[in-house]
Amino acid sequence: MILLQLFLVFFKIGLLTFGGGYAMLPMIQSETERYHWLTPEELIDFIAISESTPGPFAVNISTFVGMETAGFPGAACGTLGVTIPSFLVILFVARHYDQFRKSRIVNGCMAGLKPAVIGMLAASLFSLVQTVLVPETGFTWNSPIFYISVLILFIMGILSFRKMHPIIIIFLSAFMGIGMGYLTEIL
Amino acid sequence: MKNKSAQLFLTFLRIGAFTFGGGYAMIPLIQAEVCDKQQWLTEKEILEIITIAESTPGPLAINAATFTGYRTAGLRGAFAATSGVLLPSFLIIILIYFVMEQFMECKLVQYAFLGIRIGILALILKALYSMFSVCEKNIFSYCIIGLSCFLMMFVRIKAIWLIVGCAAVGLIYTMLLCNKEEKK
Repeated sequence: MILLQLFLVFFKIGLLTFGGGYAMLPMIQSETERYHWLTPEELIDFIAISESTPGPFAVNISTFVGMETAGFPGAACGTLGVTIPSFLVILFVARHYDQFRKSRIVNGCMAGLKPAVIGMLAASLFSLVQTVLVPETGFTWNSPIFYISVLILFIMGILSFRKMHPIIIIFLSAFMGIGMGYLTEIL
Repeated sequence: MKNKSAQLFLTFLRIGAFTFGGGYAMIPLIQAEVCDKQQWLTEKEILEIITIAESTPGPLAINAATFTGYRTAGLRGAFAATSGVLLPSFLIIILIYFVMEQFMECKLVQYAFLGIRIGILALILKALYSMFSVCEKNIFSYCIIGLSCFLMMFVRIKAIWLIVGCAAVGLIYTMLLCNKEEKK
């Protein structure tokens, strides 16, 4: 039963996310939270792992979630689920490329979808910022961790807008995290 | 044909194993392997892949692999290329899954992830900005961005309905726009 569920949920994610990569994040976040497959923290940790391992984010996360909920068969079902929709759609489009490109229906839908994905990703980012910067347990405005975190976010933001490679950003923020961790032990 | 499928599988296995982060990072590699080295596709077809991937569901890597495979060697080619591009990340993640639990118990790793989580936020922010800068700048787009963000955050509407709804609204909007232009 869980295998079927994994397949169907990832099928849905594969079918209804446009743009790939982070554009898929809102859908993955809402579905994995709904079924209690991942907490927001686990999701962010997993994005980091996915950025530092080869392959597309959607495949990485479907494999991982499948593995965690139902072992190897789960990983296979999740990955198949997320792959099959694009596989079938592309087979169709590869045959009818010109009609597809000129199709008013496709272009019309995309006019609504592109901005929708941006708005959804903004909402996802907002909730993830809350999770990371304002932990549910014992947040106070004068906690040094909060200010250090904001500082790290600021630095990493500048670096990533300067087109620094994601893996370097992950490494740098890992070092800063280690520094922050030991600092709070002293304080 | 059989030989070509095997070649497709191996080529996309290599592409899958060496592109980090997926998505657009993959395009230059696909171009080098598929277009310059093997000459399966022309430069123009590579551009088609990008156009298609943007307006079809699913990850770009899968879209690109299926498309290249199909154009080169039909259904069998599509299957070979897609399974090739999937396999490396599938296997690596399974490996990581087994290592991660012990790994996460280490205090140093836990601290590192405190920082990494923040770094990821910066990466998502950057992705958001890039998506925004290529999106069409008009009142309609801004309204959809604002509305979908609001509905997702405060009304907690399901992502699926938002996607379907916004596609429908986009369709109606462009149809109305076209009618108006035709009347003029």
